[in-house]
Amino acid sequence: MSAVGVTKSTLLKDLRMEWRSKDAINSMLFFSLLVVVIFSFAFNPTAEQSRLIAGGLIWVAFLFAAVVALNQTWARELRNQVLDAYRVSPAPPNALFLAKVLGNFLFVVVLEALMAPLFVVFYQLRSVGPVWQLVVIALLGTWALVVNGTFFAALSIRTRSREIMLPLILFPISIPALLAMVDATTSILTGESSPDFWIKLLLVYDVIFTAVCLLLFESVLNAE
Amino acid sequence: MGSSAPSDGSAYSPYMTGQSDSSIQPVIVLQNLVKFFGRFAALRGITESFAPGRLYVVVGDNGAGKSTLLRVVAGLMQPSQGSVTLLGAGTAREVAHRIGYMGHAPLLYDELDGMENLRYFAGLYGLQDDGIGRDAMRTVGLDPDLERRVGQYSQGMRQRLSLARAVLHNPELMLLDEPFSNVDVHSARDMAAVLGRVRDRGKTIFVVTHQSALMEQVADEFVHMAEGKIVSRERVRQVQMSAGSGAGGER
Repeated sequence: MSAVGVTKSTLLKDLRMEWRSKDAINSMLFFSLLVVVIFSFAFNPTAEQSRLIAGGLIWVAFLFAAVVALNQTWARELRNQVLDAYRVSPAPPNALFLAKVLGNFLFVVVLEALMAPLFVVFYQLRSVGPVWQLVVIALLGTWALVVNGTFFAALSIRTRSREIMLPLILFPISIPALLAMVDATTSILTGESSPDFWIKLLLVYDVIFTAVCLLLFESVLNAE
Repeated sequence: MGSSAPSDGSAYSPYMTGQSDSSIQPVIVLQNLVKFFGRFAALRGITESFAPGRLYVVVGDNGAGKSTLLRVVAGLMQPSQGSVTLLGAGTAREVAHRIGYMGHAPLLYDELDGMENLRYFAGLYGLQDDGIGRDAMRTVGLDPDLERRVGQYSQGMRQRLSLARAVLHNPELMLLDEPFSNVDVHSARDMAAVLGRVRDRGKTIFVVTHQSALMEQVADEFVHMAEGKIVSRERVRQVQMSAGSGAGGER
């Protein structure tokens, strides 16, 4: 089977398993909901204050929530050592990686779509800049989070405290992307500056890290 | 054999297989294979070769290096020193489609049912036909229409399905690590008989097991391991065959 075929069948298999267990999506939703509600009540920000902090709040919430899904991704492959069955097969390692990235991307995008209306309501948000750019930032930013997150989750699966290891490795390396996501979002919500530079930065970040992760994944998969 | 003398005391050459045709290429050649875990040597310089179309039963105490040997041969671990030549290739990856591996764990997804598992793994080998998975399930005595998820299978059913997964793509070489663990005696005998039939179709099979008595009726050769070495090889069947035909003789 081609790499595309293996990617597709692995993605469909993961979606089916998630549909049955709902482990990742439920955990992510619950966590994000807590952040939205608790921060809203704790700071009770005005509409003006919300526009200034919402960019950071939204992305930090999604980043933390994504970590939950990222840990689940590889935990499934470790149970019953199923990963060994993939490793002894002739299927290309990158097909597995891409399927996992696409699966996580879908989970986080669904989470964002479900949580966005709540953010708007709780923080009285309205966009001053073009809304379509928010969609572009969400897609590029989510890809940045999940491509690195999936890679580093794979890197940490064999460590004893992988739930702690993943954020420890992922957060520092995600800082440039997080900065771009927050600043671009804030720019659109406040209308004070153009988000173009940050969008381009996100695009470059995505291309570089996707390429590096694809190049290195086989070594990570076969690491002892 | 590591210490390569056969147990019957006869002279041994690395390519000796009990076959009349010495030109048959070995399916596995191990050259000075060493595997360290930290400072512990799990495999200590194994130099051996194994002929095709035979069923080898690898036995030894816990910690003898049986599973490690199988994992190194399967390409799941890199040797610290030495080399493995599999089916003429330098790496297991090059001939992955010709190898079947069954691990200690079932290597199956608990959240999927039997056919869903086999359909996915068949896809990894480029096999799209559902009939292959159904045949594999029937071969190991499972009902392909059973919709129960693997997480709800008994241990014996998991092992059978795991065996079905390993033989799904009709591999030439099968590496099976403890296929009978947690399986009742009746099911284990059935599985051993299945392995015998698969070998009779010309496949080479390595079975690591502590239940060697189950394999006595079908094994061609017992490979004894101790302290990371192959200490002896005991042929229990004289095989007269050409590579690929695999018709067994009498014990």
